[in-house]
Amino acid sequence: MGNVAVIDLGVANVYNVVKALDGYVVSSPRQLREAEKIVIPGVGNFSAIAERLDDFREILVAKIQESTPILGICLGFQILFESSEEDIDLSKNRGLGVIKGRVKRFRKIRVPHMGWNQIELTGESPLFTGIKTGDYFYFVHSYYAELEEEGVVTAVTDYGQKGKGGFYRFASAVGTGSVYGVQFHPEKSGNIGKRLLDNFRRIEGRGQ
Amino acid sequence: MLAKRIIAALDVQKGRVVKGIKFQNIVETGDPIAQAIAYEEHGIDEIVFLDISASRECRGISQALVTDIAKAIHIPFMVGGGLSTVEEIVSVIKAGADKVFVNSAAVKNPSLIEKAASVIGSANLCVAIDAKWEAGGYEVYVNGGSEATGLDALVWAKEAQRLGAGEILITSMDADGVKQGFDIPLNRSLSEAVDLPVIASGGAGKTEDFLEVFSLTAVSGALAASVFHYGEIEIRSLKNYLIENGVSIRHERNG
Repeated sequence: MGNVAVIDLGVANVYNVVKALDGYVVSSPRQLREAEKIVIPGVGNFSAIAERLDDFREILVAKIQESTPILGICLGFQILFESSEEDIDLSKNRGLGVIKGRVKRFRKIRVPHMGWNQIELTGESPLFTGIKTGDYFYFVHSYYAELEEEGVVTAVTDYGQKGKGGFYRFASAVGTGSVYGVQFHPEKSGNIGKRLLDNFRRIEGRGQ
Repeated sequence: MLAKRIIAALDVQKGRVVKGIKFQNIVETGDPIAQAIAYEEHGIDEIVFLDISASRECRGISQALVTDIAKAIHIPFMVGGGLSTVEEIVSVIKAGADKVFVNSAAVKNPSLIEKAASVIGSANLCVAIDAKWEAGGYEVYVNGGSEATGLDALVWAKEAQRLGAGEILITSMDADGVKQGFDIPLNRSLSEAVDLPVIASGGAGKTEDFLEVFSLTAVSGALAASVFHYGEIEIRSLKNYLIENGVSIRHERNG
């Protein structure tokens, strides 16, 4: 099924992701060369991750061109986009820009969006084999992705109540080519989360 | 729709689970890891892991125990009790906790919230407040509920939000341990005072108490220890009861 490299971006403990995927931790870009699958986990803030990822940018772009399956989780999902309102440096787009769109802050609603929420599947994705609309995943985030092209969205989630303060229907999962992203934390989402990570582990990269 | 969270607390002392009644008369009852695994299997949404002895004895949280819990469960958990420096907070996150909470140390040194949030992110930092009704307001108590501060709980909660807290865990000292229901006025006013998720703690005695706090206040989660620990409330039955009564609650699909 291919080895899975989990990028260590600093503060967060990546043990749960590593264990669930039977992966290994990498902390330098060089270690990514041989990776057959890559996970970008995410806890912290966009600026810090953008800085840490700078060294990985070149190799990640190369890996994406090779069609290596990549999964971004939470902030690792947000970094797939072009930019974020959370970034202290907005002079240039510091996201990876794999997916067109930007990350914006929730407003007029309780922030962070924290807890278990449902997904609604909107597109085909091998990540969701055995997973259905209405299943609950664990979310913790204050920012959400606003996409330019809806075609890459594979699941959406509602936050808030229509007609009662803020209401958001945001992209909770995306997929384009070999790149996947989820706004929630599968490694914290019990059995259903384990299933999603297992699905990622089973995805065939090109040339495997 | 975002589900209301049912949260179990594990009060730990010297590596064992204990539960006090009104913060005193502590009785030893079990292994925290076995208990955490059982809670996940029973469908709990989150676990709060509190080293109650840390504050009074001035010693740190066991990082090894935090790591063992992180390895054993696949749902979010929060750790706190006596954390007083950014270094301690970061070390608990690095050990594998999803969130940490600060209590007494943040009251004494509010800039701790700002500094910690800038490192671990607001979403992973909860401020716990122990409050007691005193002469027309809710007063904040520190050091395991033993010391009054003169600080108003609502004022403090708003200040904690301004400084970068991502969540408030409010414990009613009047309701805690007496199992007569959550403190509705306190939880209502506090959850309306801030724009953060608020966890209600203290007073759970029966399933109706959870329905009451979710129906009458804007809290995001409700926490209990002994009723779950001693099996007085079965988590699945509680969740089914809340779903039947129209509360948004996570349920696991079979198969």
